[in-house]
Amino acid sequence: MMDKNYWITETPIEPNDCIKKVARNEAGAVNTFIGTVREFTKDKRTLYLEYQAYVPMAEKKLAQIGEEIEQKWGDANTAIVHRIGRLEIADIAVVIAVSTPHRADAFEASRYAIERIKEIVPIWKKEHWEDGTKWIGDQKENKSYDKKIPSEEEMRDD
Amino acid sequence: MINVLFFADLREAAGSEKVSVEADGLSVSELKTKLLSSYELNNLDHAMVAVNEEYSQDDTLLKRGDVVAFIPPVSGG
Repeated sequence: MMDKNYWITETPIEPNDCIKKVARNEAGAVNTFIGTVREFTKDKRTLYLEYQAYVPMAEKKLAQIGEEIEQKWGDANTAIVHRIGRLEIADIAVVIAVSTPHRADAFEASRYAIERIKEIVPIWKKEHWEDGTKWIGDQKENKSYDKKIPSEEEMRDD
Repeated sequence: MINVLFFADLREAAGSEKVSVEADGLSVSELKTKLLSSYELNNLDHAMVAVNEEYSQDDTLLKRGDVVAFIPPVSGG
């Protein structure tokens, strides 16, 4: 098991590795979000996905999300793992685990983490469809190319 | 020399994941101009820029040994 709470891996993700990192006596809740590879997006069929990351920066940005969660929700422990390389349909791409004393915070913080991943973490997904391929390159999967850099708040490092 | 990293569609467009460019003392935007003279990188202006693994602005000045990464809109998760 990795010795850090935020990491990128090329091998299949075991959600319990993430959960174990945040489980503790003070927690009344451990909320886990598991992101998986979807076969159909509307009528388009995905054959498989390919993920690429700027690994050292991605791990730093995942850790930054954990720090933001601590600032926003106080007593929260977070662990996040994202897989890269070729992923098949239904494979796990990302696991987020957050433990907090009370459940509401764990739910909210997990939601926050996945939204932030889609904003600031340098990881990219290439769709391999039956009729072609494409690097999916729009922030939060909405078109927003005009927003070239993160906001001041998003760029806060420490 | 400045080390430049490309990812995703930019990597495919550049045909390389890493190049060294003589750009010491240039700003990020001057580096972009220089790259655009050598490579067909239509989406370069859509990319965020990180210098030494932190998001940076176009006016950031580069120094020898810096690692500049062009980061197309991300799509993790």
